[in-house]
Amino acid sequence: MYDIAVIGAGVIGTFIARELSRYSLKIALIEKDNDVSNGTTKANSGIIHAGYDSEPGTSKAKFNALGNPMFDQICKELAVSFKRIGSLVIGLSSRDMNTIEELYIRGLANGIPEMRVLNGNEVRKMEPNLNDDVSGALYAPTAGIIDPWELAIALAENAVENGVELLLNHRVTAVEKLPGGYRIHTPASDIEAEYVINCAGVHADEINSMAASTHFHITPRRGQYFVLDKYAGGLFNTVVFQCPGKMGKGVLVTPTVHGNLLIGPDAQDTDDKENVETTADRLLFVRESAAKISDRIPFNTVIRTFAGLRAHPNTGDFIIEESKEAGGLVNVAGIESPGLSAAPAIAKHVVELLRGAAGKLKERSDFNPLRRKMLKFMELSDNEKAGLIRKDHRYGRIICRCEHVTEGEIVDAIRRKAGATTVSGIKRRVRPGMGRCQGGFCEPKVMEILAREMGKDMLEIVKEEKGSFILTGRTKGSQDYEGK
Amino acid sequence: MKGSDGVKGYDVAVIGGGPAGLAAAIESKKHGAGSICVIERDRELGGILQQCIHNGFGLHIFKEDLTGPEYAERFIDELKELEITCKLDTMVLELSADRHMDIINTYDGFMRIKAEAIILAMGCRERTRGAINIPGTRPAGVFTAGTAQRFINMEGCLVGRKIVMLGTGDIGLIMARRLTLEGAEVKVVLARRGYPGGLMRNVAQCLYDYNIPLLLHHTVVKIMGKERVTGVLIARTDEERKPIPGTEELYDCDTLLLSVGLIPENELSREAGVKLDPVTGGPVVDESMGTSIRGIFACGNVVHVHDLVDYVTDESRRAGRSAAKFVQKSLKEEGLLIKTKPGDGIRYIVPNLIRVDNLDDTLELFMRVSEIYRNARLMVKADDVVIRKVKKMQMAPGEMERIRLDSKILKDREVSVLSVKVEKEGT
Ligand SMILES: Cc1cc2nc3c(=O)[nH]c(=O)nc-3n(C[C@H](O)[C@H](O)[C@H](O)COP(=O)(O)OP(=O)(O)OC[C@H]3O[C@@H](n4cnc5c(N)ncnc54)[C@H](O)[C@@H]3O)c2cc1C
Ligand SMILES: Cc1cc2nc3c(=O)[nH]c(=O)nc-3n(C[C@H](O)[C@H](O)[C@H](O)COP(=O)(O)OP(=O)(O)OC[C@H]3O[C@@H](n4cnc5c(N)ncnc54)[C@H](O)[C@@H]3O)c2cc1C
Repeated sequence: MYDIAVIGAGVIGTFIARELSRYSLKIALIEKDNDVSNGTTKANSGIIHAGYDSEPGTSKAKFNALGNPMFDQICKELAVSFKRIGSLVIGLSSRDMNTIEELYIRGLANGIPEMRVLNGNEVRKMEPNLNDDVSGALYAPTAGIIDPWELAIALAENAVENGVELLLNHRVTAVEKLPGGYRIHTPASDIEAEYVINCAGVHADEINSMAASTHFHITPRRGQYFVLDKYAGGLFNTVVFQCPGKMGKGVLVTPTVHGNLLIGPDAQDTDDKENVETTADRLLFVRESAAKISDRIPFNTVIRTFAGLRAHPNTGDFIIEESKEAGGLVNVAGIESPGLSAAPAIAKHVVELLRGAAGKLKERSDFNPLRRKMLKFMELSDNEKAGLIRKDHRYGRIICRCEHVTEGEIVDAIRRKAGATTVSGIKRRVRPGMGRCQGGFCEPKVMEILAREMGKDMLEIVKEEKGSFILTGRTKGSQDYEGK
Repeated sequence: MKGSDGVKGYDVAVIGGGPAGLAAAIESKKHGAGSICVIERDRELGGILQQCIHNGFGLHIFKEDLTGPEYAERFIDELKELEITCKLDTMVLELSADRHMDIINTYDGFMRIKAEAIILAMGCRERTRGAINIPGTRPAGVFTAGTAQRFINMEGCLVGRKIVMLGTGDIGLIMARRLTLEGAEVKVVLARRGYPGGLMRNVAQCLYDYNIPLLLHHTVVKIMGKERVTGVLIARTDEERKPIPGTEELYDCDTLLLSVGLIPENELSREAGVKLDPVTGGPVVDESMGTSIRGIFACGNVVHVHDLVDYVTDESRRAGRSAAKFVQKSLKEEGLLIKTKPGDGIRYIVPNLIRVDNLDDTLELFMRVSEIYRNARLMVKADDVVIRKVKKMQMAPGEMERIRLDSKILKDREVSVLSVKVEKEGT
């Protein structure tokens, strides 16, 4: 019997698991996919919002404002890249300037520090590539950018280092009430736990309904993006938003922590919780909207498009509470934007909820908050590079020529706790395939390394999800051909 | 040779050991360069040729029909005879304008080297799905033709059973045939324009001979499938290559192969500050294959994408000779400079600049036309004077055109612009 089972290994589940691993508890982190961070956490804008958008008094406003300042320390502990580059909400009309004034006032009510309203000249000085008709902006220097999956992966790794059991490929199909706890059913195995924390993202309403009879509902709201090559990354220095509309914050343009340029998202409700398709019409919309920010965006350097699903709750606000009738079930649901920004504060709050429900939590003396940095070969000095290759020659072999990733880094990404088992898993951890050739050149080599390290055949290696096989057999001439 | 700064020095360093780099290195040696080093990031020399196990190489240079590896072997053997240094499994990470570079491998570690002359021969890479923006899901089963070729020819693995191919580049055409021979069903090959992108010879030998349907004016508008591709939606395209709504048709398949173009691989050149031509994507070069930076030369697919390896070899030999001359200080760096200018119907011309004093007896101009022409002429003008007309039965963007000019014509007069245009019959 576990003390606590956390369902869902997105940024919310991994954060909560890691916070709980500070205490003497037996914890399971249950995830349906073959890697952490495969849900919404892998496909969003990656912005740590300053916190002025949400209505004062809501959980969104509260946890965003509390969460934002926590990122410096957490990212330092976990060696995750995070840059406080600030954000601008630009105004193109006098109506927009009114909205900006409202946002400013809302920000003050939410307790957001250092905001300023800038005039057109001041804005253009900060961002020379904005269109000429920008009449002003709300500047919030505390906004930042992060790689959201790097964060979730790092949290999972640190949680596992501190004793959390990560159960991948465990899709929860039923939650059964037991005296003093729950039995969580998955096709892989059943898990018993005293407390269940539901962090299942767009599926959190289903998990809740497995145990409780009061329901909430989550609508997947899809957002689509373009990623541009690093040549374009320098176009902007800050996160640039347009004035918000009914469906959210509108299309934004931002550099990423890796130096690419990210453009999106739109917002469109769908009825399919797996539907992360991109569509021509919505991408066109994103492109046209972005043109209102700048007509200098080089769309001919697009290297990828993608989509993510916001978990939009019918309550309109984050749902973070113990279920009233299903005691011991804590829902952390409807965590749409600014969920990433709010995650550290949500995790702390959930620990407090549990402390309230379960009584005293015993702090462990051996909790290690630090994660070993993922070494980035190209960021080392010449001497360090030379020294490292002398120690381990695998750092002398470049596997990904676009992002200059070495074999040593890939092997490390596989062997770590909560390590990579798929091509996309490697890509998310150390970036081969993220660059301009999108894996065309390195994919066969990455597969070879994965197969070797995991003791598998090349044919068994998947791209991402279970069943996403890349190869379908052997050629007639090859030694292992069996189809004669 | 080690310099006083502890940096290893060479007369000529060649980046890339494909056919371009091999020919350039050999020719440099033959023309008097002393120490030469070829740096190749792969485990073996030969570049893209090592995965082209079909024949059709060497018809011009050797008057023989060779496979890619056979063609490469001849140069690799010669390189060995000439005792030219090669560093395999070695990646050039950085190149600077003063001709230093940082290289790494597993046996020397991290190293800085310097050369009197550098030859860029990094080849090209494939355009990907992202670059052409196909909407839909992002499952396994979408490959560029070159990646598929690598899996099949180098790893002995199959990439799919029911295949739709978008694009008609030469690698794609060759892969369509190869996959068919491996028992896969290539359901259709789509060209976004009204003509195929690759060589007509490959269209005939790889598609027609195997009854693989080719649909012109078609593209893929959506990819479907969650884990693995389950189908694609195709549509007709208009004259601007945009899909026409209402013409969509579903093809059930497990694989989408892309053969939608190659891009010269110029990250290193760009970092060093080499000036690039926006049309070719490769360095702006002169008659000696010299780039905008003194002592840095370029040849092969890194300059412009070639369809025939024989032309790569010719061009690269010239680069090798020039580098040797540069090292021996006999390459002219002053004197009359002629610009080349693509006229009507011509997309680009290589070289971009011609320094007359460095010309051999003949000057070769390479170019591509911008659409299909039948019974037309290529007209070469030196300023306003027509100096050459070449009749062509057929010209297509997929087939590089080459014109040889007698250098005397240019040496005899003070030309400033050399232009080429297509002249349709009857005009
Ligand atoms: C387009 C878009 C842009 C956004 N931009 C920002 C932003 O810039 N800043 C910001 O702060 N926030 C942003 N957000 C919000 C942020 O991405 C989310 O709040 C956050 O990622 C939610 O994390 P999560 O862990 O709740 O969900 P998820 O990452 O979806 O994790 C849920 C996990 O539960 C697993 N799961 C589901 N069902 C089961 C089951 N039955 N059994 C086992 N496991 C299960 C899933 O596989 C998944 O791994 C954005 C969201 C979107 C969609
Ligand atoms: C699939 C295909 C089919 C073809 N079919 C035919 C045919 O039938 N007949 C024909 O005549 N021609 C054919 N061609 C054309 C011809 O073979 C190519 O144009 C020619 O191989 C290009 O030579 P290259 O040396 O410029 O480039 P490549 O062969 O690509 O060589 C470049 C080399 O540089 C190396 N390199 C790049 N960057 C670095 C770095 N930073 N550090 C170290 N090394 C680096 C690469 O690893 C590579 O080995 C075909 C081409 C292709 C792609």
